[in-house]
Amino acid sequence: MFKYLPHTSEDIKEMLETIGVSSIDELFKEIPNDLMDPSFDVPKSHSELELRRRMNELANKNLALIPFVGAGAYDHYTPSVIRHLIERQEFLTAYTPYQPEISQGTLQYIFEYQSIVAELTQMDVSNASMYDGATATAEAMFMATAARKKQIVLVSKTMNPNIINVLKTYTRYRELEIVFIDEKEGQTDLEDLSSKISKEVAGVILQTPNYYGIIEDFSSVKKRIEEAKSLFILNQDLASLSILQTPGSMGVDIAVGEAQTLGLPLSYGGPYIGYLATTSKLMRKMPGRICGVTTDTEGKRAYVLTLQAREQHIRREKANSNICSNQSLLALAVTVYTAVMGKEGVKEAQMNSYKATHYLAEQINKLDTFELVYDADFFKDVLFKTTLNEEIVEEALLKEGILGPLQLSKFDSSKKGQLLFSATEKRTKQEIDHLVQVLEAL
Amino acid sequence: MSKVVDGLYYAATHEWVRVEGDYAFIGITDYAQDSLGEIVFVELPEVDDQLDKGEEFSTIESVKAASDILAPLTGTVVLINDELEDSPELINEDPYENWIVKVEMEDKSELNALLSASEYEESIE
Repeated sequence: MFKYLPHTSEDIKEMLETIGVSSIDELFKEIPNDLMDPSFDVPKSHSELELRRRMNELANKNLALIPFVGAGAYDHYTPSVIRHLIERQEFLTAYTPYQPEISQGTLQYIFEYQSIVAELTQMDVSNASMYDGATATAEAMFMATAARKKQIVLVSKTMNPNIINVLKTYTRYRELEIVFIDEKEGQTDLEDLSSKISKEVAGVILQTPNYYGIIEDFSSVKKRIEEAKSLFILNQDLASLSILQTPGSMGVDIAVGEAQTLGLPLSYGGPYIGYLATTSKLMRKMPGRICGVTTDTEGKRAYVLTLQAREQHIRREKANSNICSNQSLLALAVTVYTAVMGKEGVKEAQMNSYKATHYLAEQINKLDTFELVYDADFFKDVLFKTTLNEEIVEEALLKEGILGPLQLSKFDSSKKGQLLFSATEKRTKQEIDHLVQVLEAL
Repeated sequence: MSKVVDGLYYAATHEWVRVEGDYAFIGITDYAQDSLGEIVFVELPEVDDQLDKGEEFSTIESVKAASDILAPLTGTVVLINDELEDSPELINEDPYENWIVKVEMEDKSELNALLSASEYEESIE
């Protein structure tokens, strides 16, 4: 008898009699026979030894490649202490406990994470984290349209197309409209922004470094956005803020982006973590929750959940956002990474990534078959146009154990021959030179 | 017994209107603040926002509920009471003195559809 099947055969008989069916089989007779008794092609059960052998066989099919592709996800070094700390059983739980009586550790690291995000962004408040950079951007769009009660958002064409696709998905069941701002020489056309902005626009969504890796200067756009009473939403890689201009200093209303670059490895696209920070004024429109620090009845320091939009509990039909969770374990990873690396360490990793990408660009630019597409400063991605066949480039690099650049034509057929390369502090001079040699030989 | 002030216009949804020329100050009644309990947050509209009669223009959150405040008339916001941002409890202390917005009325005849003090008083008995 299974302990979770509470019915005795007498119970079953009585129930069948009540509904006038003679047997369980008769009860299910409407279901076609081949569905009731399908034959599955399932291998026989394995012993532990056999299973390990099989799993190793499968694992050996993986290729350990050296990535030269970024486009929003970057191969930074992950200190091993992160894994040791986040895998402690106090942290590694399927459900994040928030009751302050039992969860001081959890609440404290969320508080530390928020403090790190607030410091890096120079914004007033940060929430406890989001699922990833793209959905954080979409949530910022909802915040803006709710706060301004307008249905239009402007989005720069220099944004990563993956983020644009997520924004489009999010608009599908709300009456929101995305209007694109043209690009000019690989950067947002600020004149086009000025001509498209109006009192009907809830928010303007921009990204720097943009899809092409170019560092865009948005220090003057706040005025134009503010005049239209619209909100300024900026997507940036969180780690980049250690060396680039911060959203706080540019008058950004909602700062969002990916925080994978602070301690999370590249692993088949995730799990990643998004951040969302804003001004005190917009705090109550923010999705997710905030942890705060206070004192308990004995005057001791205590961490608690401090703020969460009321609509997540009451008046749900009026909620801006359905996000009531966060990426807690990954927020812990970001917190540990930042603590281990320190302010200078985080900066150094980013600065070295900038240098590595610039060295890579210099070397590739020497090749006759490659040409820089835009003449502007770039960060961890750089865009080249090649006269070579893209597929041949990809295959030649794969053969040498290199994961090659992103082919932009995969997202936009008019960008044929455009290849987006990336390097981080992990790429050595030898690795870069090797890549260039392979390209040179083609 | 909730206080009702003479000379104001009232909406059945517990907002009051005080008219000064073409302008109207809008707040919530003593009955409303008493029903809500201790008020902890008032979400204010912005200057130049449009108020549409019967539509929400503010949300008041108390320790026990969050309630939409409906516009008793149509108009444009010319002033908001931003003291309420830091001291939302002022509404509990004196709901008729602590207005939420001042609006420029679009159509003064809308006032005719509102209740007088005595009519409102009857409605809440």
